[in-house]
Amino acid sequence: MIGRFLYSQKVAPYVFVLPFVLVFLVFWIYPLASALEMSFQKTTLGQGAHWIGWDNYAKLAGDSVFRKAVANSVVYMALTLVILIPFPMLFAVWINNKSLWGREFFKSSLFFPALTSVVVAGTIFRLMFGEMQGSLINSFLGLFGIGPVKFLKEQATGFVALLSLATWRWTGVNILYFLAGLKNIPDEYYEAAAIDGASAFQRFTRITMPLLKPTTIYVITISVYGGLAMFVESMMLWNGNNSPKNIGLTIVGYLYRQGIEKNELGYAAAVGIVLLVITMAINLVQLTLTGMFRKED
Amino acid sequence: MSKAAGSRIAVFAVFVVICALVLLPFYAVTLSSFKSGAELIRYGLNLRFDLSVMSLDNFVYLFTGDHAYFTWFTNSLVLTVVQVAVTLFISSAVAYGFAAYHFKGKNALFVCVLLIMMVPFEILLLPLYTLTYNLGLMNSYAAIILPGLANASTIFFFRQYLRGVPHEIIDSGRVDGATEYGIYARLILPVMKPAFAAMGILTGMGSWNNFLWPFMVLGDDRKFTLPIGLKTLLTPYGNNYDLLIVGSFFSIVPIFILFVAFQKYFIDGMTAGAVKG
Repeated sequence: MIGRFLYSQKVAPYVFVLPFVLVFLVFWIYPLASALEMSFQKTTLGQGAHWIGWDNYAKLAGDSVFRKAVANSVVYMALTLVILIPFPMLFAVWINNKSLWGREFFKSSLFFPALTSVVVAGTIFRLMFGEMQGSLINSFLGLFGIGPVKFLKEQATGFVALLSLATWRWTGVNILYFLAGLKNIPDEYYEAAAIDGASAFQRFTRITMPLLKPTTIYVITISVYGGLAMFVESMMLWNGNNSPKNIGLTIVGYLYRQGIEKNELGYAAAVGIVLLVITMAINLVQLTLTGMFRKED
Repeated sequence: MSKAAGSRIAVFAVFVVICALVLLPFYAVTLSSFKSGAELIRYGLNLRFDLSVMSLDNFVYLFTGDHAYFTWFTNSLVLTVVQVAVTLFISSAVAYGFAAYHFKGKNALFVCVLLIMMVPFEILLLPLYTLTYNLGLMNSYAAIILPGLANASTIFFFRQYLRGVPHEIIDSGRVDGATEYGIYARLILPVMKPAFAAMGILTGMGSWNNFLWPFMVLGDDRKFTLPIGLKTLLTPYGNNYDLLIVGSFFSIVPIFILFVAFQKYFIDGMTAGAVKG
């Protein structure tokens, strides 16, 4: 009887999706709800909690270290967008051209860095951007009589190291995304444009860019998410969650510092909720501006 | 020389320079894995090719020394294999439920899948940490495997893939008297092989390189995965560069071999999300 019930065509779909429902409830809805609840409490691991209303949020509003973390994360995210959208798009167009020698090799080489873990990549970049005259970047700058630069001690140079790491790891991945998008553009469009006498630049701005829009929106969305949630890269570069004058502190880094290092779970949960709101807001604005919602019908 | 040929050479030259820059850190690390930690501390990571300071000592130490590297390596390998197998099996079944049936609540549930994909996982770190603590799962692999059992982006990819599979396969299975689960196991799983390869590689790469969450829940150094183990070699009291550099180098090797062997699947998996269904 129960066997027949489980095997019926009406019940089977629910059996198939059941694992998702369970994981969704236990490891997503419940944690999200408890993050929201915790953000209104003063609570520590294994101890009781008590309700303090909006106090955590009020404290966050006046917390200058938190403001620093938000500024760092937002600037980092914005700069990764500036670097990691236009250049990979251009490289993808070039690689897509079948007359380029060694295109498969270039594609693979640019993708290699994505295979490394953040721990390994971060360690390599930490050493490359070392303070010593003999460290890779400084020995190069030394050829021009510059340095040695203490990269990880100052805001601007610290960000140079962070962004170099991000550019190194993600350029190849974004190229692959754009190449996948380019595959969907019919060759006839370019042939017709060539007959009409359009220049390479015109073909890029009038055909390639508009038709790559869905891919670009996707890449922007994941870059916003990745940029705002960045933490381990900074942790590896500065060998811990502390950097001079907090130049490498990010929102998730602050969440980690308050929640795990200081055991202020309630306050850290409020940091998380703010991150959620910022991410959702930026993505909503972005998707509205690019007309994503109008297109979906 | 024509203008077209000129621009072809220019583009080629640009790529040669960029690829050299991108491969430089790999070269530096490979070179440094033959140098002593003391050499690295004194002169930093650089491109100096000097046979007089290079030796196989680090590699000898990696394979014969008294350290936990290969315990971590084995842990990572086991965890990766288990995570890939379990995640693929469960996510493909869930995706099949979404793709093959019409049932009440289906659209609402699928919105939940998309929601998971849009919210940063990092927000859930602390509540998941407390939940893990309260369930008594600290320091266990279950704490790492359970939250990822039904992975949203994997489900999404499989569902997109299954939409391209003709519904007649399922109908013919029913006519032949197969059960609903038999159809999935015997008729659907075989046609999903390419999707499994793409997602297997992507999940495996993520699992092999996963750091933050395992770092938070694993406390016992014999249970560490490779990234955590490597991270612990960097301490505020001095760094174990002898093992760190050669260990980092060696940790890239398995994934590098997989990449070269299955490059096509890597690329399919990586670009899965960008393809509109």
